[in-house]
Amino acid sequence: MSDVVSDLTRPTAPATPPPRKTGGKRPGSGRIRFSATVVSIYVFAALFGPWLVRYDAVATSTPDRLLPPGSRLSDGSLAIFGTDDVGRDLLAQILQGARISIAVGVATLLLAGIIGVTIGVSAGYFGGWLDGVLMRLADIQLTFPSILLAIFIAALLGPSVVNVVIVLAISNWVTFARVARAQVLSTKGRDFVDATRTLGARTWHLIRRCILPACIAPILVVATVEIGSVILAEASLSFLGLGTPTSTPSWGVTISNGRNYLSDAWWISTIPGIALAVLVVSFGILGDALRDRFDPKLKNL
Amino acid sequence: MGAYVARRLFFSIFVLWGAVSVIFLVLRLVPGDPALILLGPDANPSQIAALRERMGLDEPMLVQYAIYMRDVVQLDFGTSFRFGTDAMQHVLDHVPNSAQLALTSVGLALVIGFPLGIIAALKANSVVDRIISVFSLATQSLPNFWVGIVFILVFARGLQILPSYGQGTWQHLVLPSITLALPFLAILVRLTRSGLLEVIHEGYVQTARAKGLRERVVIFPHALRNALIPVVTVIGLQFGALLGGAVIVETVFAWPGVGRVLIESISHRDYGVVQAAILLIAAIFVFTNLVVDLLYGYLDPRVRLAG
Repeated sequence: MSDVVSDLTRPTAPATPPPRKTGGKRPGSGRIRFSATVVSIYVFAALFGPWLVRYDAVATSTPDRLLPPGSRLSDGSLAIFGTDDVGRDLLAQILQGARISIAVGVATLLLAGIIGVTIGVSAGYFGGWLDGVLMRLADIQLTFPSILLAIFIAALLGPSVVNVVIVLAISNWVTFARVARAQVLSTKGRDFVDATRTLGARTWHLIRRCILPACIAPILVVATVEIGSVILAEASLSFLGLGTPTSTPSWGVTISNGRNYLSDAWWISTIPGIALAVLVVSFGILGDALRDRFDPKLKNL
Repeated sequence: MGAYVARRLFFSIFVLWGAVSVIFLVLRLVPGDPALILLGPDANPSQIAALRERMGLDEPMLVQYAIYMRDVVQLDFGTSFRFGTDAMQHVLDHVPNSAQLALTSVGLALVIGFPLGIIAALKANSVVDRIISVFSLATQSLPNFWVGIVFILVFARGLQILPSYGQGTWQHLVLPSITLALPFLAILVRLTRSGLLEVIHEGYVQTARAKGLRERVVIFPHALRNALIPVVTVIGLQFGALLGGAVIVETVFAWPGVGRVLIESISHRDYGVVQAAILLIAAIFVFTNLVVDLLYGYLDPRVRLAG
């Protein structure tokens, strides 16, 4: 089914070139610069933020409960985003949450990338029945809603950061496998690969030195496109109580906690949600722009 | 056409079989006694012993698999240990509520998404197009559990014009269905736009124009029909995301549907119901994709010949 689908969604006639955007020499320069800046700010905040604003998971401060954004705490410090139901500073929680979200996103993509590239390269390089079995497997998984698979596995494994990474990697490897396979198929017949083989190179050498380098660029683009949705999936699972444990201040957990205080303290759920949305939107713009610039044909995968 | 339908049907059954097998495997790969996992921590030893015997846990893996498949084919997922009723029946009781929510959302997304996509394509790169594409990018990336919470804050707590949770009147349906529709709507807008832009410069559209047909006739019957082909596929694929989203939206708005049953059963470790719910959602999804595939063959006769 996938063959039919991808054949048809691919434009048959040469598409008209996209109109050039103003403000950049190459298409998407402005978008790339903007979104890369936002993403860098997040990464920076995730790396150094928790040092600047200390977050203590077990600290409670009764007089500082549910203070609105901009309040003074009892120790004289300013709570820019207010406090939660046990008096913890919300900004500190959000910074810690950024760390968790980005770490889970990167770890998931690394794991999914390793699984996906291994399967995709094996399928593409060796072909035959192996290709058939592996790609049918990918088709089946693609036909199955990935969040359901994640919910089922997470429900059985129980909430933990490592389990979230495993669950999300299992539900995200297919895209990597398909991209890697397509790249292998277009590379392995090239003259330089044949030449290397003629010179006596073994399979492993060919894959490592000729095939894999050709896969790197499209895989990185796919990773950028996917990371936003992985971060979103982590937050959704955590919100449902199936992702990171309730003791970790991930964004999904904080938003879920805030639901009990919607009428008294709107900020607990709202502000981490904005932080999450801005990061996901930025990754979305960055991924789209990188794809448009480096590999427009990936659009259909 | 008959062979095409048969092949699609076969693939669908194959996918469902895959889903059942994955559930079987995962249940056994996870550490712990599957009988204990299925019955939950409150089960007494005689219940566990009975289930162990029925599941044949002392038998070889293949025999266990055969027993499991036999039960699944008979839609037997055991009883819900919370309610003591049939697990599948418990899930089926909540299907009408979920269907109401999902169909309203799909309807909303189609009614709003298509026109927005068509307008964006006809006025490509204008201010209107830019506004529509920023809107669709934003709604696609916003976490829907958060959108739901913001809706509750604004419309239920702030303005107090809509109920924030539960089910009953049509007002109860407004917030959950809009929340669920938004990401779907966004994808629909983007696809309709790009699909229409792709065909609008093709020869047959120009021929239609050259014949002197009015623009309305050129766009609707001519261009739109082919522009819809990729849209139809993605609607099918996105339906899975919609069902997943429904799990979250039903939790946020306490909507008594299958998704909420699923999450509640997970927190009560009622795994018989969890299995039943997951397989039912998977079956609905696979069936929807089958319908979409057939529709696809109807829209584009090339598929039937090629496939």
